[in-house]
Amino acid sequence: MYYDKLIFDLSTEGRKGYTLPKAEVKRYDLPKSTYLRDDCPGLPEVSELEVVRHYTNVSFKNFGIEKGFYPLGSCTMKYNPKINQDMANLPAFASLHPYQPIDTVQGVLKVYHDTQTWLSEISGLDTFTLNPYAGAHGELIGLMIIKAYHRDRGDSKRTKIIVPDSAHGTNPASATVAGLESVEVKSNPDGTVNLADLKAVLGDDIAGIMLTNPNTVGIFEKDILEIARLVHEAGGLLYYDGANLNPLLGVARPGDMGFDIMHINLHKTFSTPHGGGGPGSGPVGVTKALKPYLPKPVVEKQGDQYVIIDEPKTTLGQISHFYGNIGVVLKAYTYILSMGREHLPEIAKYSTLNANYIKESLKDVYQLPIEGICKHEFVFDGLKDKSTGVTTLDVAKRLLDFDVHPPTIFFPLVFKQTIMIEPPETESKQTIDHFISIMRQVALEASQEPDKVKGAPYNTVVKRLDEALAARKPIVKYKDLETN
Amino acid sequence: MNIPKDLYYTETHEWVRIEDGFAYIGITDYAQDSLGEIVFIELPEENDQVTQFSEFAAIESVKAASDINAPLSGVVVTVNEELEDNPELLNEDPYENWIMKIEIEDKLELNKLLNAEEYAEVCE
Repeated sequence: MYYDKLIFDLSTEGRKGYTLPKAEVKRYDLPKSTYLRDDCPGLPEVSELEVVRHYTNVSFKNFGIEKGFYPLGSCTMKYNPKINQDMANLPAFASLHPYQPIDTVQGVLKVYHDTQTWLSEISGLDTFTLNPYAGAHGELIGLMIIKAYHRDRGDSKRTKIIVPDSAHGTNPASATVAGLESVEVKSNPDGTVNLADLKAVLGDDIAGIMLTNPNTVGIFEKDILEIARLVHEAGGLLYYDGANLNPLLGVARPGDMGFDIMHINLHKTFSTPHGGGGPGSGPVGVTKALKPYLPKPVVEKQGDQYVIIDEPKTTLGQISHFYGNIGVVLKAYTYILSMGREHLPEIAKYSTLNANYIKESLKDVYQLPIEGICKHEFVFDGLKDKSTGVTTLDVAKRLLDFDVHPPTIFFPLVFKQTIMIEPPETESKQTIDHFISIMRQVALEASQEPDKVKGAPYNTVVKRLDEALAARKPIVKYKDLETN
Repeated sequence: MNIPKDLYYTETHEWVRIEDGFAYIGITDYAQDSLGEIVFIELPEENDQVTQFSEFAAIESVKAASDINAPLSGVVVTVNEELEDNPELLNEDPYENWIMKIEIEDKLELNKLLNAEEYAEVCE
């Protein structure tokens, strides 16, 4: 295909596809200076049509939520309503500058403050900061707050953080970056935290525990109140990983379960764009006792004025440029407002219903390791019939041929052939039935024509990739790709 | 699953072979099979002190990243540097391709390891 080359390779000298708007300021010649460049920058010279064809062709190579079903477990790939984008694009927001005088930005500060307040109400935590840029950033800030809290109590022995074996990989990674050592606790066969194992590691060297609830196999930690009691009694704090908040919205609150600190992924639960389409936002919520540690700047309401408090006494300091990703906050604000208090619980209920419906519809052909009601996601341990040698990887690749984004695979590691399926509430019954029929067809093919599944995909831009070669000898430069 | 009779094992899928008073250490067939194609290994260095059941190396496959624990305490004498460029050797023959050779600190630690029969039960 011609137009999916790099746009620089489409460049022809002298070609032009733009017109600049009329200047609103007087013409001004820059003084001669050694800082002025001699040549024009190497920007591509292309016509408008070439630009359109190039980006349209490139976009066909991508798969996104707007192209098809995207049941990626623990990622909550829900549809991002266009109204979110419209609101964030309003010139009154989009043209603001962070250095504007405070009395000229009262509107956006109200949005900011309302969002903080609503997240508190939804989660049961006392106060939120919207500064962190992403979930993992939120985790790091949260762990730094836990460390600072223990340090200020003169308790320097607490250097370890408990992480279940089914935790998101970011949890132990954030712990390491925060200078804490992670200690793993085992799961019960039903995926929940093993209390005996937990008790065995609790002690005066434990700073806290990081939990996802429901956990990464989609099971609600029914012992959460007991876990909170045990950890608090041992002097530790509870951190809630908000990746799986979707099935709790308006139904249950981490704050009520005993969590002291949490992050929320606005780009998962609150329908702002995700992954490469970000940027993200990972607000962190804390109990009253931890509020002084929140990073700055802090937005507060004093009387009927919104103010920015730049120097709270014991703050961790600044962890983002200005206030975080305001555009993302605006989108989440719009989403919460459009759902309203009465419809937020439906998100939880429909996502949970969707997951259980798929699970029950497929468990005769895929191995279900944990029976019973799941929340918004669940795991299969590969195909039920393992005699053909068709693995979870093969199933995932074959799904690509049917224009379905594969679920999360080989995570969590508590099972060998994990397929983690999360169908958000934004999917209709027709879409979900279609997905079920595709999953059944792949299972049937696996038993009748296993080699076909093992060779998939066939209909994609690139076929089966050599993942090992890509990891061992990666080609990281476009130029090297051409010569290879 | 290949579990040679003459080796000692850990529950975390490492093996140790005692030869001329030294311990040769690697990962088991079960470990390489579970990991899938191995793409990277971070090796220890000579003279490093390793501790029984503590991490001494890290390994990455197309599926997962994992720590490798030392079955015995001691000082690293030799590292199998061939693995650095060819980590796939661990997939090809995990028992022939040992990761490191150490000087054994305390032979009594062997009592805490599993024999082939006990390890086979762990793998079930």
